[in-house]
Amino acid sequence: MDFGPFLFLATLEGLVQAAVLCLTALGLSLVFGVMRVVNVAHGEFYMLGAVIAWWVTSIVGIHPAVGFAAALAIAPLAVGAIAFAGERLILKRLDYNPEATIVATIGMLYVIQQMALLFFGPDPRPVEAPFYFRIQFPWFGYSGYKLIVVAAAIAILLIAWFVIAKTRIGLVMRATQFDGDTAQAFGIPVNRVYASVFAVGAMFAAVAAVLIVPIRQAHYLMGLDPLLLSFIVVILGGLGSIRGTIVAAILIGLSDGIISVFFSPTLAKMASTLLVALVLVFRPQGLFGREEL
Amino acid sequence: MLKVENLNSFYGASQVLRDFSIDLAAGEVLCLLGRNGAGKTTALRSIMGLLRPRSGLVTLDGRELTSLPGHEVPKAGIGYVPQGRRLFSELTVAENLEIGLMCRGGGEEVRERVLQYFPRLSERLDQASGTLSGGEQQMLAMARALCVEPSVILLDEPTEGLQPSMISTIRDVLLQLRGDGVGILLVEQRVDAVRPVADRVAFVENGCVRETVGVAALTENPELLRKYVGVG
Repeated sequence: MDFGPFLFLATLEGLVQAAVLCLTALGLSLVFGVMRVVNVAHGEFYMLGAVIAWWVTSIVGIHPAVGFAAALAIAPLAVGAIAFAGERLILKRLDYNPEATIVATIGMLYVIQQMALLFFGPDPRPVEAPFYFRIQFPWFGYSGYKLIVVAAAIAILLIAWFVIAKTRIGLVMRATQFDGDTAQAFGIPVNRVYASVFAVGAMFAAVAAVLIVPIRQAHYLMGLDPLLLSFIVVILGGLGSIRGTIVAAILIGLSDGIISVFFSPTLAKMASTLLVALVLVFRPQGLFGREEL
Repeated sequence: MLKVENLNSFYGASQVLRDFSIDLAAGEVLCLLGRNGAGKTTALRSIMGLLRPRSGLVTLDGRELTSLPGHEVPKAGIGYVPQGRRLFSELTVAENLEIGLMCRGGGEEVRERVLQYFPRLSERLDQASGTLSGGEQQMLAMARALCVEPSVILLDEPTEGLQPSMISTIRDVLLQLRGDGVGILLVEQRVDAVRPVADRVAFVENGCVRETVGVAALTENPELLRKYVGVG
């Protein structure tokens, strides 16, 4: 294949990676932005989303599309409920202390991971895509499902933007993010906002996992890579900046996809990590972060 | 109206309020005066439920507030203008007002009424509040609190760092609110800002109210100011 078509193929792969990363990192960024909690267990919520998707599709076996639709509805809700419970039982009791919550979410990471190993087993499990079709370009055919993943991620991000920027729920979240004390002094139940945001953040990771699991398979250790990439994205974009998160996810996703196709996935991770190191040295607040952060 | 009895509040192991007690009637302006660190701001934060007192009682029109979750306290009808304004600086003026309105379900008519106090804000509704001038920010902090439709409003140094014309605007609004029957609990450092608006003055020292006097006593007995505020 010539360089041009090969670059186009690599860009498409990068776009898929970027789409999933946008959703996953947005969840992590929301949780940090509003709660100032570094959620080390975020990747495990992603893994749980994939595992629950496999479980749901294996039970609802009428047609792959029906099973997938059920998974897309059930997995994020189940993961959100688990995250909500974790927030109420653990993070709230730690009074959202930044250091203590890091340790606590590391603990949550291992508990969720080992529970998945116990009940789901160590083997990767495939989930059938809801439909198969190929889009034929002049140089190669490409999975239609992968492009649907990109479109779905864009749709979800637009909905998220609308909710955050244009609705009362979003206003309450933003007010809590800027100043929790003052928000409470105006009747905002800050603790309930925290619990909801933690659950919604986990749901974003779960949706991303459900969308990608027909391409990558479910596995109890699959949470590590998205966690690492999400941290890279959130640091690069600027801690707590949603706009920065989206831009950084597209940058990292595209570069990861393109470098992986042209060279190797390991080199892609090295490049991302180097980029973060450079940003930390020359622009510690990230691309869109506020200086005081 | 607002009654505060024997509040004891702590930051960690350090006790800041010691049996702090005041009462405030409808349409009255009570000013807390005292040196830095005397506990005035902590008293307001404790009343608002932002700092949970270890003991003591706060009631508004007989309803106990100390046992309520913190976010329910403003819904009882208490507006709060914190020290340093603490606006949601990246939100617009309209969004800051909306946060106040949401507290007790106020609508457009409440916002219009509040904006009549501060007409200048009407021209800045879509502007990020962090980009307003200091005086406009103070107006917005007060307008946001008034959007709660409070029966009592707590103000923590509202004239801090403001030019005289702005101080005069704020004084006029306070007098208007007092005339409308709103109880006003005012923390101030500037004695000249207290005299024209206050009915009574409570001197705070070491976390408790040492003395409460009518505002005329500030002129009649300058020794009080020397004793509790360090100025004469």
